[in-house]
Amino acid sequence: MSVNEQVLSYPIPAEAPLEPPAEWAELRGGCPVAHVKLPSGDAARLITRYEDVKQVLADPRFTRQLTAPDAARLSADGGGVFNSDVAQIIPDSGDGHLHWRRLVGKWFTAKRMAAMRPRMAEIADSLIDDLVERGAPGDLRAGLGFPLPVYVICDMLGVPAEDRERFSYWSDTLLNLTRYGKEEIEAAQAEFFQYMSDLIAAKRAEPGDDLLSELLAAGGPDEGGLEDLQIIVTGMALLVAGHETTANMIGKMVSMLLADRARWEALLADPSLVRTAVEETLRLDANSGFGLPRYLPVEAEIGGETLPKGTTVICSMAAANRDESAFEDAASMDLTRSPNPHLAFGAGAHSCLGQSLARTELQVVLEVLLRRLPTLELAVPVAELERVEGLAVGGLRTVPVRW
Amino acid sequence: MKITVDEDKCCGAGSCVLIAPEVFDQREDDGIVILLDAEPGAGQHAAVREAAAVCPGAAIEVSE
Ligand code: HEM
Ligand code: SF4
Repeated sequence: MSVNEQVLSYPIPAEAPLEPPAEWAELRGGCPVAHVKLPSGDAARLITRYEDVKQVLADPRFTRQLTAPDAARLSADGGGVFNSDVAQIIPDSGDGHLHWRRLVGKWFTAKRMAAMRPRMAEIADSLIDDLVERGAPGDLRAGLGFPLPVYVICDMLGVPAEDRERFSYWSDTLLNLTRYGKEEIEAAQAEFFQYMSDLIAAKRAEPGDDLLSELLAAGGPDEGGLEDLQIIVTGMALLVAGHETTANMIGKMVSMLLADRARWEALLADPSLVRTAVEETLRLDANSGFGLPRYLPVEAEIGGETLPKGTTVICSMAAANRDESAFEDAASMDLTRSPNPHLAFGAGAHSCLGQSLARTELQVVLEVLLRRLPTLELAVPVAELERVEGLAVGGLRTVPVRW
Repeated sequence: MKITVDEDKCCGAGSCVLIAPEVFDQREDDGIVILLDAEPGAGQHAAVREAAAVCPGAAIEVSE
């Protein structure tokens, strides 16, 4: 049976840790609006072509209202205790969302990110010191990829350094629905919420140069700002949105660049390639997770097909990012590729608010690694790297390296 | 080269400023794009084209 006729199970498993499943190319070629069955058993349509994915993400008719009664459930257990609560407190669409996004967005300007660079480099340097002290081989995921984004978010929120480990734990529990029990997750969530409430009270009494103080300074809803509850949840949401995604990407980026050591050599020879190299690893990340689900409350057309009202669509940005009609020689890694309009951060009104931060973190990590550990290499064959499916994003279980 | 930006489409993610900081900036109060130089010199053209191509809101128009 060809890929056109069968209902595929989604996500589609891949055989190699850093390579895409063969089905992606077949789907883009012959079945761009495929029928798929989600882990819950519910049906959805999978979009894999670049133009189609971009169009869906930018089109407000394709909503994020996955709680609609006839929307497909993603996983059998409902998946994501946290997301549904957040959506009730922070507006998810329309003017309310725009207002929230602009208030929070002022912290994420590219300029502010550039100003955070030296601090990020300091964090990366000290984590690498620890890794080196423990000796090779080491796990780059546990030693660098996982802690760095938490420390950066703590700095941004004005969380004192001694509380970072608690943040790591909360983030880990909120994101690992399988590893922790329901009680443990709920306890962590309550603790985290209490911590953030206290932190906001402290910031109100004594403002600092951080995002929470800035959100408080905007005043309450009447003055054009946010309610305290919204500020608390925003702080929690930023940790959830920015931790696992960036942590996993650090591990995958370094693995992709070391998988063919000629790439690492090219970067050592010309570190000015770091920026475009980061974008290229984001584009070619074959393990970027579930993709973005959207729900259609009205009929709409995509990829030449009319989808009925009530359809749930899954956008595979990772498949779209390998579309030959959008990227020349799409399957190969070109560290100089420019422009590189990949969709790893989504597109349109909801495109990743933290993308300047994520880009800056990835660039700084790579720069510091090239400087500190030029002899870095994978300590296992690429084929032995092991995938993990996270809640928001896929990653590698460990990234064993030596230097 | 002539550049226009559409503030309504801009989602304030700052990609353009990361690529071409001499041409684009972001407003302090909401992160929305500011065009610093609508007709930049030849040295900026490649960066501007790249910024326009990757802008997640398709908010940057370039006419040559
Ligand atoms: C490599 C790392 C990252 C990747 C691949 C990534 C990816 C994404 C994607 C695909 C979306 C779109 C969701 C949608 O359209 O429904 C998104 C949204 C978002 N991301 Fe990221 N992200 C990363 C890092 C970060 C960081 C570091 C932060 C902040 C600390 C962050 C904060 C956000 C927020 C707040 C949204 C919601 C925006 C909105 O709804 O308007 N992300 N991200
Ligand atoms: S890249 Fe586009 S969306 Fe982002 S700040 Fe610049 S103009 Fe706005």
